[in-house]
Amino acid sequence: MSDSNYSVRHILIGVWTAAVLMFVFLPSATILIASMTASRYFQFPITAFGFDWWSKTFNSLEVRSLAYTSLSIAVVVTLIAVVLGFFGALAFARYDWRGRKLYQKFILLPIFFPQSVLGLALLLWFNALGFTLSWKTAVLAHLVWIAPVVTLVMAIQVYSFDPSLEEAATDLGASRWQTFREVTLPVLMPGIFSGSLFAFLLSWGNFPLSLFTTGADNTLPKYLYAKMVAGYTPGVPVLGTISTAAAAIVLFGGYLAMLLLTRNRKAAL
Amino acid sequence: MSGDSSFLAQPGRRAAIPIMVLLLLGFVAPLLAVVGFSFMPPRTFGLWHEPSLENYERIFSDNTYVSLLWSLGLASLTVVLLALICYPVAYGLVRVFGRWSTALTLLFTIPLIVSENIRLYGWVLFFIKGGVLPGTLKALFGVEMGDFLFTPAAVLFGMVYVYLPFMLFPMTLGIAMVPNQMREAARDLGASRWQVFREVELPLSTPGLMIGSLLTFVLAVGAIAEAKVLGGQRIIPITHDIEIAFTYAQNWPLGAALAVLLMLVVSVLVLTVLKRFDLDQILGKR
Repeated sequence: MSDSNYSVRHILIGVWTAAVLMFVFLPSATILIASMTASRYFQFPITAFGFDWWSKTFNSLEVRSLAYTSLSIAVVVTLIAVVLGFFGALAFARYDWRGRKLYQKFILLPIFFPQSVLGLALLLWFNALGFTLSWKTAVLAHLVWIAPVVTLVMAIQVYSFDPSLEEAATDLGASRWQTFREVTLPVLMPGIFSGSLFAFLLSWGNFPLSLFTTGADNTLPKYLYAKMVAGYTPGVPVLGTISTAAAAIVLFGGYLAMLLLTRNRKAAL
Repeated sequence: MSGDSSFLAQPGRRAAIPIMVLLLLGFVAPLLAVVGFSFMPPRTFGLWHEPSLENYERIFSDNTYVSLLWSLGLASLTVVLLALICYPVAYGLVRVFGRWSTALTLLFTIPLIVSENIRLYGWVLFFIKGGVLPGTLKALFGVEMGDFLFTPAAVLFGMVYVYLPFMLFPMTLGIAMVPNQMREAARDLGASRWQVFREVELPLSTPGLMIGSLLTFVLAVGAIAEAKVLGGQRIIPITHDIEIAFTYAQNWPLGAALAVLLMLVVSVLVLTVLKRFDLDQILGKR
């Protein structure tokens, strides 16, 4: 009796999940399809496929400089956020200290905060300090949001870290620096790794913070937005697809590198 | 046990310093500056004027607060819809799909690497005249589709779409926190499926639900791209008003006052919810 009810329910859940998954992928699929049209205007079903806009976009100097700015921001943000997040995560999850509970909640505040408002607040603050807005101020803005995210991601790894490993190393005569380099760092490597992936991807795709803090420097998401509201050009879906492909390459390339690294380490043992 | 040297004696405190410095200078200080600006006379650009309440008075006399209501209303609706949409999926990921769960979770994560305004634009091309949906309907059935783009419903649709993962993942975490024995025990004691859900499943997965709802609400209330890309400026959310005040209107104090109102709502919510949770327990659970 209840067995058939049970499986019907499971089938319904499965169907629903498939529908939601489709919903999640539909717009990206639409962009991909639109990027392959030959015509100046998007018309579905597509009658003529073509890749002229791809070569146009690839060869555009403007697009290259945009990609370069986005990349610079994302790389610098990743490097700084990983260092801040690494120590932040140790303070979050590894050590017991007075004020830790308060600190944990404080770290969450920038994540639980509307990004567009944060962007505008920073715009006002940078102006008050007399900073000229450029990609450097955007790095600061991204960090305020991304460093806490990275801290959180790494903290999850730190929670599973057994402090007695460090103690054992010290007991065996390792110096503080040796313990850090030979024990703490390798054990926390997966956390550092996923933290840096997060940092890079969040910075690469960020729009609300960049919108207000990059000044004259333009990033890919900001440029795409300006083009979107200005009217249709096939360059938008093409550039959108390229930007997404770049992110996917970073994600899967990083994942593969991680797999290889762990395999090598295991082989070395 | 007093003085500077012992304050830094705890390694945890030392490790916390770099990020604390960043957040004090890049988060607390700017927000204080916004609060300060909100009490300056309209259209001034410094913090050295006589404080006044003029900006706040203007917000309530000029009906600007309507945009705040729009934002709060849309964000609340987003949370409710997402809770309904995501619950069966989260439940499936934890209890039904078994070894497929990891792959499915990965599939739900992938769209996050696509910048949010690109995905929103994907919806524009999907719904626009001659786009994917109207084009298909016309080619297959010869039906013309009514306008959906550039309506309040389209903005809501965009928010539900963009913030889905932020509800789904905390919710999955929450449901995973309910021990299986607990549900089975309730079943063995004769509870109906609905009773198990209401008395065991739902209360025990509340932390995940609450965090997901809070996160989606806060993000949705600060949403700016949805109304711009899908709403065609038909709806003016509070973030848009703030942006206009800061940019075209060059009225920073008014924009600051609007931002302060939004920040008040958000911080009251966030602080009340966060106060209830022990983060070590939620994040540290293996």
